[in-house]
Amino acid sequence: MTIKVSMTVNGKPVSAEVEPRTLLVQYLREHLGLTGTHVGCDTSQCGCCNVHLNGEAIKSCTIFAVQCEGADVLTIEGLASPDGELHPMQKAFWEHHGLQCGFCTPGMVMVACDIARRIPDADEQTIRHELEGNLCRCTGYQHIVEAIHSGIRAMTQAKG
Amino acid sequence: MYAFNYHRPKSLDEAAKTLAEAEEAKLIAGGMTLIPSMKLRLIGPSDLVDLAAIDGLKGIKVAGKTVTIGAMTRHAEVQTSDAVRKAIPALAALAGGIGDPSVRNRGTLGGSIANADPAADYPAAVLGLNATVETTKRKIPADDFFTGLFETALEPGEIVTAVHFPVPDAAAYEKFPQPASGFAMVGAFVARFGKEVRVAVTGAKDYVFRVGEMEQALGADFSPGAVADIRLPEDDMLSDIHCSADYRAHLVTVMAKRAVAKASG
Repeated sequence: MTIKVSMTVNGKPVSAEVEPRTLLVQYLREHLGLTGTHVGCDTSQCGCCNVHLNGEAIKSCTIFAVQCEGADVLTIEGLASPDGELHPMQKAFWEHHGLQCGFCTPGMVMVACDIARRIPDADEQTIRHELEGNLCRCTGYQHIVEAIHSGIRAMTQAKG
Repeated sequence: MYAFNYHRPKSLDEAAKTLAEAEEAKLIAGGMTLIPSMKLRLIGPSDLVDLAAIDGLKGIKVAGKTVTIGAMTRHAEVQTSDAVRKAIPALAALAGGIGDPSVRNRGTLGGSIANADPAADYPAAVLGLNATVETTKRKIPADDFFTGLFETALEPGEIVTAVHFPVPDAAAYEKFPQPASGFAMVGAFVARFGKEVRVAVTGAKDYVFRVGEMEQALGADFSPGAVADIRLPEDDMLSDIHCSADYRAHLVTVMAKRAVAKASG
């Protein structure tokens, strides 16, 4: 049995017939082809699936697409400008070598943008706490934290 | 995950009707416990009834000496609420220690207490503050609400709508978290109302419980020293790969002491 669900993803209205058990991450990856959002763990711990739902960071593996009826979803693909210019947080990850294999990176960047929104003066300790829901097996987190610290400053400056 | 029928009712009546008519329906609030359980095939409800579209289940109100929090209020909202941080800072801090930031954007108070995980944090606050759980049918006092392992006094089809928390003179929650999950290996919520003290412990047994001996001692002397020598028997405490029963018994005393110290400070 399928249900019709409609939402906005990265600014574009989308709509599909999905089984209720289709997770949002599955809808994004398999129906919309937006494979930047990753599936890492199956247990809602790793954060590789992080996206923004109505402006807030959530784990897209732990919500059904049908629950997102009418919602506004932002994925990693929606951060850069239409002309391809990187979002300040993406630039910061690039400049500070905030990734190695890149698997956790979309989730890290999406959560980082959420931290910037809620705690624009976040220090290193705060950033580390705020990353409790995101796991990285490669980096040891040091450069991720530096990238986020720098990215938050860049985002705050850009807002003027 | 097993397939299911999805419902998004606009009213509590509609929700209750669907719950009653479906083969094996479950409510979905934040989904932070429900969905992982379904992914693991631990449960396979025939129908899910989503509470998200029902008005009147969210929000935080402070009236006199009572903080009322709607059942669908997210942990992040309680964590950052100026009203809660002013009236019962221990409750805001507890909400801020649940899961992780993304989980806190979805998880709810109602979902937490209706599920009654033995290691969940909110049950300790509900019991420690002598809160009242309001449902579609009645108001249930905290002392009557939690009844067993993942078991509450809720009847089939009964839906939690809000929780009313009395404002204490002092309170604190101290948790020893399991490092991966963040769940309480032991968590102690201590609240003082005048000379009356309540001590609620989560994580140690099948469900949250009060420690009468500590409550008596703290009523006479509200200091960490008053409970330092009180050690509960470990016979009915949980024992697992994270923590043996006797270590849990030890942690109960340690967390109670820390909570009292924090509440006094």
